[in-house]
Amino acid sequence: MAIAHAPHAKARVAPWNDPVIRGWFFQIVVVGAVALLAWYLVSNTLANLERQKIATGFDYLSREAGFEIGDTLIPYSPASTYARALLVGVLNTLRVAVLGILLATILGTLIGVGRLSPNWLLSRLCEWYVELFRNVPLLLWLFLIYKVISDAFPGPRQAISLLWSSVFLSNRGLYFPVPVAHDVHRWMGVGLLVGIAAAWGIHRWAKARQAATGQPFPSIIAGAAAIVGVPILVWLLGGAPLDFSVPALKGFNFEGGTVIQPEFTALLVGLVVYTSAFVAEIVRSGILALHKGQSEAAYSLGLTRGQAMRLVLLPQALRVIVPPMTSQYLNITKNSSLAIAIGYPDLVASVNVTINQTGQAVENVLIIMAAYLSVSLSISLFMNWYNRQIALKER
Amino acid sequence: MAVRNLDAAPTVIELDQVNKWYGQFHVLTDIDLQVKQSEKIVICGPSGSGKSTLIRCINRLEEHQAGTIAVSVDGRRIELTSDVKNVEAIRKEVGMVFQSFNLFPHLTILDNLTLAPIWVKKMPKKEAEDIAMGLLRRVRIPEQAQKYPGQLSGGQQQRVAIARALCMRPQIMLFDEPTSALDPEMVKEVLDVMIELAGEGMTMLVVTHEMGFARSVADRVIFMDRGEIVEQGPPTEFFANPRNERTRTFLSQILHH
Repeated sequence: MAIAHAPHAKARVAPWNDPVIRGWFFQIVVVGAVALLAWYLVSNTLANLERQKIATGFDYLSREAGFEIGDTLIPYSPASTYARALLVGVLNTLRVAVLGILLATILGTLIGVGRLSPNWLLSRLCEWYVELFRNVPLLLWLFLIYKVISDAFPGPRQAISLLWSSVFLSNRGLYFPVPVAHDVHRWMGVGLLVGIAAAWGIHRWAKARQAATGQPFPSIIAGAAAIVGVPILVWLLGGAPLDFSVPALKGFNFEGGTVIQPEFTALLVGLVVYTSAFVAEIVRSGILALHKGQSEAAYSLGLTRGQAMRLVLLPQALRVIVPPMTSQYLNITKNSSLAIAIGYPDLVASVNVTINQTGQAVENVLIIMAAYLSVSLSISLFMNWYNRQIALKER
Repeated sequence: MAVRNLDAAPTVIELDQVNKWYGQFHVLTDIDLQVKQSEKIVICGPSGSGKSTLIRCINRLEEHQAGTIAVSVDGRRIELTSDVKNVEAIRKEVGMVFQSFNLFPHLTILDNLTLAPIWVKKMPKKEAEDIAMGLLRRVRIPEQAQKYPGQLSGGQQQRVAIARALCMRPQIMLFDEPTSALDPEMVKEVLDVMIELAGEGMTMLVVTHEMGFARSVADRVIFMDRGEIVEQGPPTEFFANPRNERTRTFLSQILHH
């Protein structure tokens, strides 16, 4: 066998055959093409807007908006600026998205674990839940839920009154009393923080006690008691002011108190039931992805089913669950834009009206894209960080 | 092995006419077995003969469908029924070691050992950790306590698995092919630990093909085939003159080299 030794000196290569030169060449071509396309689109758009005498720029944001928004978290009136109208929209989107993520995670986890239950009825019910809610488009669920709320409940004059005529349920939403502003509320807020700190302290103490004596302590119940109890105590010490703004029928609707509007309820319920079906499947697959030996080892050591689930299976399943769960959280955020179909004033609704009134579609679409992008990227960054925290250590 | 009088020892496991089916497939047929305290039993047989299923029935990882299984816990005879309390009481006294180790990969070695004592026996953490470190020294890997299972070799993982089971202070240990998933050079370190354990008087049921281990440690060797106990006896007799044709065929297959 005679194989000639390759010469150490680098063989001469034609530039068009050199992988490094080729790599650079193609990258420059691609970047150049993208830049050219971007320049073409931007300059064309600007030229066309100019020709149609449509103003550009973001000056309109400080002008008066002039339209009503039905459901606001911050003070807003038609005299407010477009910027504030957009902010109201962003906050409404965030409200429904954050609550939706929270509730869908809890409900989905319960249903996913329930589907693995040895109880035939429970696991079948959970299976039907998943199949029912994920196989019909979300938009149809929203229509259905909104229709049910607005048709099944009576009008304000025939509202269902609960709790000695202080809470009213009608197709205008759920009206309920709120305390009239009082100085003690600020101190109750402080009390809440103290309660949270106390709950954390109790949790630490309970862990230490279990480490020392082996006896577990119901720290979740005790912590919840502290979080609820301290503000109540502050309220009692502050003279227990009991002035409530109670909703009352005035003309065609209620005044006073506060309201959870049917549009918000319908959107939240729709997003939660729809997404929880996907979350349930993700949780279930996460648990099933574990080797059967893990649960067997836990049982053989004498752990109960609940302990095995909590201490051995779920912590490991999280590794499999977190990445697809991130996608579902992003889906909730973006699907909340279907709000427009049932009239919940989210970001898309605010932007739509703004485009109609100002005609500045490009700027508004840029704003809406930037808003969704920053929310979504924040969720992604947080979840990726969390994923790294729970990753397994190997080698 | 030292000659011990097993006849005088109390019976700790009792199987009476145990039967089990997987659908139409009859995995265990009329199994009768009594295990004395401190007795070491090696169960062998071709694959699919029901030997793993048999020992997995003893701590109810598998459910038997006919017959009775009873385990004595602190001198009290507890029968395995669908009563969860009975199952948990028995599992506390019966440790198990698996072919694939089944360590909990998200916990450190030390936490793997202390998890069950802390949550099942409600033991103070410090006490559980002291017991765990003692056991890790016995299986000769105390320096690995803070590592994770994925960072250990197969032999080390299996020794941790043995220590984890021992941490519950069981009276009986079940071994389900503990060396089958190991590289050959790691088999000995695991068998050494098991031999030591046997020397301390643990009651052991071991499913294995390590006939050398059976010869030196077992009080009784059981040969199973097609869900039945075909033949059993002390190792000297079992290996020297197997009476049954199926036993002879099996032994010639695994001992010919």
